[in-house]
Amino acid sequence: MTTFQESAHIALQDTQLRHNIGNATRAIRAKRNDAVAELPDWEELREAGRALKERVLRHLDHYLVQFEEAVTASGGQVHWARDAAEANRVVVELVKATGADEVVKSKSLTTEETKLNEALEENGIRPWETDLAQLIIQLAHDTPSHVLVPAIHKNRAEIRELFERELGIENLSDEPAELAEAARRHLRAKFLSARVGISGGNFGVAETGTIALFESEGNGRMCTTLPETLITVLGIEKLIPTWQDFEVYLQLLPRSSTAERMNPYNSFWTGVHEGDGPQEFHLVLVDNGRTNVLADEIGRQALGCIRCSACMNFCPVYERTGGHAYNSVYPGPIGAILTPQLEGLDRAGSLPYASRLCGACYDVCPVKINIPQVLVHLRHQVVKHERATLDPEQAAMRAMAKVFSSRRRYEVAQRLARAGQWPFARRGVIQHLPGGLSGWTATRDIRPLPKQAFRDWWRQR
Amino acid sequence: MSDAREEILGRVRTALRNVPDDESPDDVRVERAYRRDSGEPHEAVVALFVERVADYRAEVERVPASELRERVTRACERHSARRLVVPEGVPAHTRPEGVELIEDRNLTHAELDAIDGALTGCAAAIAETGTIVLDAGPDQGRRALTLVPDLHICIVPADRVVGSVPEAVARVAGGQRPVTLISGPSATSDIELRRVEGVHGPRRLVVLVVE
Repeated sequence: MTTFQESAHIALQDTQLRHNIGNATRAIRAKRNDAVAELPDWEELREAGRALKERVLRHLDHYLVQFEEAVTASGGQVHWARDAAEANRVVVELVKATGADEVVKSKSLTTEETKLNEALEENGIRPWETDLAQLIIQLAHDTPSHVLVPAIHKNRAEIRELFERELGIENLSDEPAELAEAARRHLRAKFLSARVGISGGNFGVAETGTIALFESEGNGRMCTTLPETLITVLGIEKLIPTWQDFEVYLQLLPRSSTAERMNPYNSFWTGVHEGDGPQEFHLVLVDNGRTNVLADEIGRQALGCIRCSACMNFCPVYERTGGHAYNSVYPGPIGAILTPQLEGLDRAGSLPYASRLCGACYDVCPVKINIPQVLVHLRHQVVKHERATLDPEQAAMRAMAKVFSSRRRYEVAQRLARAGQWPFARRGVIQHLPGGLSGWTATRDIRPLPKQAFRDWWRQR
Repeated sequence: MSDAREEILGRVRTALRNVPDDESPDDVRVERAYRRDSGEPHEAVVALFVERVADYRAEVERVPASELRERVTRACERHSARRLVVPEGVPAHTRPEGVELIEDRNLTHAELDAIDGALTGCAAAIAETGTIVLDAGPDQGRRALTLVPDLHICIVPADRVVGSVPEAVARVAGGQRPVTLISGPSATSDIELRRVEGVHGPRRLVVLVVE
């Protein structure tokens, strides 16, 4: 498994990538700050957003059962999937049952996580990604690098070239409006004729069984309104207790993600609506590691994430490495705490170190996930995980812990060090330490201990 | 399938062992200390709505009731719309002249695609965010009507404009009819994170606020 440090090292050498990501995140940071500053009660909204998610997570079994009942009562069919393979199997079977050999898809991180498109293709079903950025990614055979703007690493010139090559459109300019127009023409016929739509969802309301989808382009509305059959894939953590709670999330999410007062379209549907939209509705509830995250009392808060992407837009590490370095569907600070918990430390143990713990992510998180706290917690897990091996650094740290935990041992160690340091100190600095300690002085000097410690001076006063 | 359900619920319960058995969801405190309404007089709320809709580069006008038909007609002319789909609940006195008005008798997607625009009312509107709320009421019709045609003309009675998001959420019966919030024309920020109007939904949105 490639570590974050290895991937970041490669990414940092790509100056075009750094330029694209730096440009995009700089613009969105300024816009987000303006959008948030407009609301005098932003902090109160954040606190409510956090508390509602805590309520759901602490009683997730209750809310899942309530949600299932409400969806079923309104004409939907609920399916459960323990892992990615099971989720894909369920979706493939549902599509096959309709006889369709292609589907239109709106952007869904959960189906990215389960690699649904590959499973569909293996079964002879063609998935059409309809979100502009997802279309770019699909045409380029690339993977997403940002949760909101999966193609953030590509600039307009690169997208123009891709469209000319893959869609066979000539004389395209690199004006974003013209590129969007090309995508509209390309997908129009698909939307009008598709029999099956597949979507994700931003929220599921336990009380009513309502699903919410927040988007900009209208492709989400197309996928969830026009086909005869709709299949929505939802992680089990996406629930909120009641319809009323949208008064919080409708304010927190748009301003944190696209940095707008409101994104262009928010759709809410509840099961099957007679004479309006799909007359067959399936909901697939996916675990795929989420219950592992839930079991960790500190790490659990990561499941409150509403996928706004503010944390990556503000992260100084993400800004330089981009999203691919995280080797995960969920990049940036949230990915650094979510991925190791979903996939295990063996696969993603390097990610908790993809941060300098500056806390910018925590400051901007609309549901107040304490990302630095979870990062430190996970680093502790990584260290514990590695403790089984007889590592000299581990041994040294354990010895240090012993010395520092007793006043007597500490003072003895100080006296020994003062006596032992004289061969290395030159003109008030130590430039080279011997043996195993030489690593410390490879890039820095240290000051020797003074002749008299503060403790000794204090006693003599 | 039910095996998966039982196993997932079992995993959730195991993961939540540390939550006391006698704790109920309502025991987890949720402080709703945020603003419930904007606290502004109604005239200011309507003025803010108009300003915010305009920010999305939608066309927005305040219209006296007596002039509504004329203004709808003019909007159609401006956008060369000759055929409009109109839900049955849109009042007769608002329907434009010189334009073919089409009733939604189970129009197919292809038929809708050949229509120039849709004329609807709305359930509510939100000033702070410049948002129109549709709930598939009789003057709004089913969701496809305001999605497939390239022009949406929306009549917003001034008394349906509220200041804040919480006020609008309280006005709509979520969980029964489908609800759609519309804030400006279809747009994307997918290219270099810059907003561009006009992708799959209607590229032109005309909002007429009626006094």
